[in-house]
Amino acid sequence: MEVVFAITSGVLYATGLYLMLRRRLAQIIIGIGLLSNGTNLLIFAAGGLTRSNPPVVSEATGQLQVPYADPVPQALILTAIVIGFGVIAFSLVLAHRVHQSLGTDDVDDIGTEARR
Amino acid sequence: MTLVLPIVIPLLAAALLLVVPARAVLQRSVALTASAGQLIAGLALFRQVQVDGYLVLQVSDWAAPFGITLVADVLSSILVVAVGIVGVAVGASSFAGVDPRREAYGYHPLIQVLLMGVAGAFLTGDLFNLYVWFEVMLMASFVLMALHRTSEQIAAAFKYVTINLLASAVFLTGLGLLYGSAGTLNMADLAAIWPARNEPVLDLVLATLFLTAFGIKAGLFPLFFWLPASYPTPPAPIGALFAGLLTKVGVYALIRVFSLLFRGGPPLPLQLLLWLSVATMIVGLVGALAQRDFRRVLAFNLVGHIGFTTIGLPLGTTAALAGSLLYIVHHILVITCLFFVAGVLLQLRRTTDLGRLGSLYRDHPGTAVLAMIPLFSLAGVPPLSGFVGKLAVVQGTFGAGAYGPGAAVLVVSLLTIVSMARLWDEAFWKPADAPPVSPRPAPLLLVPVAALGALILGMTVAAGPLFETTTRAAGQLLDPQGYIEAVLQSGLGRGE
Repeated sequence: MEVVFAITSGVLYATGLYLMLRRRLAQIIIGIGLLSNGTNLLIFAAGGLTRSNPPVVSEATGQLQVPYADPVPQALILTAIVIGFGVIAFSLVLAHRVHQSLGTDDVDDIGTEARR
Repeated sequence: MTLVLPIVIPLLAAALLLVVPARAVLQRSVALTASAGQLIAGLALFRQVQVDGYLVLQVSDWAAPFGITLVADVLSSILVVAVGIVGVAVGASSFAGVDPRREAYGYHPLIQVLLMGVAGAFLTGDLFNLYVWFEVMLMASFVLMALHRTSEQIAAAFKYVTINLLASAVFLTGLGLLYGSAGTLNMADLAAIWPARNEPVLDLVLATLFLTAFGIKAGLFPLFFWLPASYPTPPAPIGALFAGLLTKVGVYALIRVFSLLFRGGPPLPLQLLLWLSVATMIVGLVGALAQRDFRRVLAFNLVGHIGFTTIGLPLGTTAALAGSLLYIVHHILVITCLFFVAGVLLQLRRTTDLGRLGSLYRDHPGTAVLAMIPLFSLAGVPPLSGFVGKLAVVQGTFGAGAYGPGAAVLVVSLLTIVSMARLWDEAFWKPADAPPVSPRPAPLLLVPVAALGALILGMTVAAGPLFETTTRAAGQLLDPQGYIEAVLQSGLGRGE
């Protein structure tokens, strides 16, 4: 299972970085999204993939049932997803503004248009 | 209580600023009051840390390492005071006039959120929490940078956003790998268990990831290229705020993480950091000499002097690290002040192009004298604070036996003098044919310049005690045993 996660997140990193090196704003933003998803999967896999009980103290026994899953990576990922969502939303708005004010979505043209 | 105030005050102020009527005077007064409050809270924190050494708060009484820890040592408390000073200067400068459209779109609350993020980053004792504070700070800075609408600024903002998001992703990757192996992200807990783990390969990977992520944020060579592209574009107060504080958060994170996690650890990334610092200095200053615009010269100088603030860490001696820490304080004050000077020039002449500036000394002698203080302080002319800071760095480098980097520091100091003398000559001294655009200097924008100038002079007077304080901070960083004990053994609810 770890292998599948490792390969998937590796592919996400690679495609994300490749897209961030492209010239169109939309591709860069998709790249940012893929990169942050790759990171989330990596945290999930690094935290340990186990088939076990939820880390909740049961009312009947008053204690945790071993083995239980580590809740921290999931909390970290949840936070990272929320932050990533906000960041992507903001980048989209910014890219829209760039397109509106410069009439181009090509990173190379942005530099020359802006100097004009 | 003192530990949360520097974070809570700007948070409450940001919320308040969203609901109070959008009258300029009211908004500006609330923002300035909040920043003054943050400064006072920072000073109180500084005093208490001077007495106790460490101040620890377990948020919601979750004992470390399970909850989030806030912790202040000497370095954190010094930097929180610096945040307060910059905040007050920026708050005061808004009375000199802010673009009304920008003010209507949340200029003041965003600045408060940014100040909160920076203070949070300096005070947190948890690595994931540090990431969250980074994002808080970055989101505020993204919006502040994109709030105005000229094409050049929008293009600069997009570069800034992309490169910073990449840095965040790299940092988060490092965090995931670290958690997977160590099972904790509490900094003190990590410092206690990680160096003994002896995992050279993972150490190398993590150190490289963290060096890249923080290096981008700090503006280290070769990752600094986004900075001169984006910092000169926003208006003076925002430029001053970014230049003064944001890169220093990257430097702080480098110092904190490396001193806790990689104590005497992998020599390779640390050796690399030494030479990256040297390269940053040289490339930054050579870049500055090639520029023809006051603000771009400042941006390259900002990059160049980041090298001074990171060189003490890889050398690993108390004196070298203390010198770098002293330099951070000096650099925050001076570079903030200089970006305000650029704002004054912009108001007086409508341009910061060196070719079209000139005769400012003839037309506005008072302003010129005020501008002289930060210019020559950055150059390191005695008796200004730059001299003290550079002396401390040079002594530290030579004391650690690093003669090559020490020589580079001296050469770069010389280049700084050339760069600053050129700014002085071109902007203030040389006769200009163009008639002055504005007959009077704007007195209100000169207030932060004068106040920061006074602090720069004051730093020279208090150089002795200040150096003792940074020496103490360096001692704490290089021997984190006290930090570890303070955090892990602080019982529930202690630290108040």
